[in-house]
Amino acid sequence: MSDLLRVENLCVAPIANPHKLLVNKVSFTLNSGKTTCIVGESGSGKSLTALTVMGLLAPSLSRTSGSINFQGTELTGLSNEQMSDVRGKRIGMIFQEPMTSLNPVLTVGYQISESLAHHLGLSGKELKTRIEGLLQQVGIPPERANAYPDELSGGQRQRVMIAMSIACEPAMLIADEPTTALDVTVQAQILALLAELKSRMNMGMLFITHDFGVVADIADDVVVMFRGEIVETGMVQQVLENPQHPYTRALLACVPDAEGKKPLQSIDYAWLGEPA
Amino acid sequence: MSDIILSASHLTKTYRQRSGRFGFGRKLVKALDDVSINIKTGSTLAIVGESGSGKSTLARCLLQLLPLDAGTVQFQGQDLAALSGDALRAVRRHLQMVFQDPFASLNPRMKVGEIVGEGLLIHNLGDAQERTRKVLQMLERVGLSAADINKYPHEFSGGQRQRVGIARALVLEPKLVICDEPVSALDVSIQAQILLLLKELQQEMGLSYLFISHDLRIVRHMADEIAVMHDGKIVEQGEVESIYSSPQQAYTQNLLNSIPGRQRRTASLI
Repeated sequence: MSDLLRVENLCVAPIANPHKLLVNKVSFTLNSGKTTCIVGESGSGKSLTALTVMGLLAPSLSRTSGSINFQGTELTGLSNEQMSDVRGKRIGMIFQEPMTSLNPVLTVGYQISESLAHHLGLSGKELKTRIEGLLQQVGIPPERANAYPDELSGGQRQRVMIAMSIACEPAMLIADEPTTALDVTVQAQILALLAELKSRMNMGMLFITHDFGVVADIADDVVVMFRGEIVETGMVQQVLENPQHPYTRALLACVPDAEGKKPLQSIDYAWLGEPA
Repeated sequence: MSDIILSASHLTKTYRQRSGRFGFGRKLVKALDDVSINIKTGSTLAIVGESGSGKSTLARCLLQLLPLDAGTVQFQGQDLAALSGDALRAVRRHLQMVFQDPFASLNPRMKVGEIVGEGLLIHNLGDAQERTRKVLQMLERVGLSAADINKYPHEFSGGQRQRVGIARALVLEPKLVICDEPVSALDVSIQAQILLLLKELQQEMGLSYLFISHDLRIVRHMADEIAVMHDGKIVEQGEVESIYSSPQQAYTQNLLNSIPGRQRRTASLI
């Protein structure tokens, strides 16, 4: 198998209530240099799926079945120590809130250096050069390495997060709603940056969003989730232009249309009444 | 000029911002730089711009929640800056605001019934029974139920909390409602529900809206007129159609180009 990531029949449930599946038989694949978007509303299980892949489930939840194969390694069989070697080094992650995911009392340069020092054992001049190179790659002047997070704008903080996540040149990047907290113009810049880095470094990107507009901009493949289950998967063009599942159609319909041709529509759950 | 409900002219507001590493320095930031707007009765004016463009400062200055450095705000022919105390409070009943963050803008220790009814209490409208009736009616109108009156904000989802925020503003039967990014904290699917609710209520209650947003996809559906703000100035202003079809300023063009999904960024597709 040449797939970078192959998730099969993944199920996640609270330990206290193992029959209530929050992620229900989720299967998808991701290839190097490609972007798979998981689309869904709050509570659809999209973030939970990503956290499970990273091995970062909350202690009250557990993976009840399924396999997660990454570059031929079965991640579900790894110990916590082995998993920490994968996280940050082979899989990078970007979170939604650039304000809360950076440590306010450490310089951004230091925060980027942590994973380089930990995973690659870099230090001194070599480390400094690497940090400056990374900042340059994400479009921040290298001298800003000494800045604290509060001295940067929201977009710049998210660029720092991206620099941290790609520091060890991971084979895969998981981005969980990385632009939701940002303005549209900054969002467009960050999406363009992610697409460029992904191509240049030949990374696979697992991108989580609730916005089909964003999907249209960056996805190769799309996975639509609803209440813990996948309702539709396909190539981006196919899903956008010819959605098969009524939920996908409903979710697409509620994206406001900037041309003003289509009336504003709220999500219609009418199809739930019938067996889908 | 009875068809203009609110008219603001030449508003200026300057902040003193701390600068330098330990904040010992000071620099002046012009949050509003000679801003003039008119809102027509029963219509929606959208203020569009990025973070830091001054759009939220504008909202706060219009409501006299922040003092202006210069300029006048006329609401239904009254100069708001000249009012104070009881007179200002009386006018504010007709000038309400719906806030961006439904998580931060509702007091977590108050029940929803108290939150929605507080305005009625402050403005001394009706007796206890009448107030309860109005609160219930408003909650039902925004899609919540009578049972929700005794719940606390944390028991609701983001979309439902924003419905509470709307009920809180509209129970006073205001004339003008300032909506400051009312849906930017919500999922796309929930956004549409809230926007449709706002539009329906506008029709029913004859409301005028000042709608603040950075998302031009939404503004297209909500606004009659648009004012584009950048660095505290209004750079372009006009009817919705003309702004979208023929933007005059490069800055507006840039905002339009940033709309997600508008032009498939082909880099990853090739």
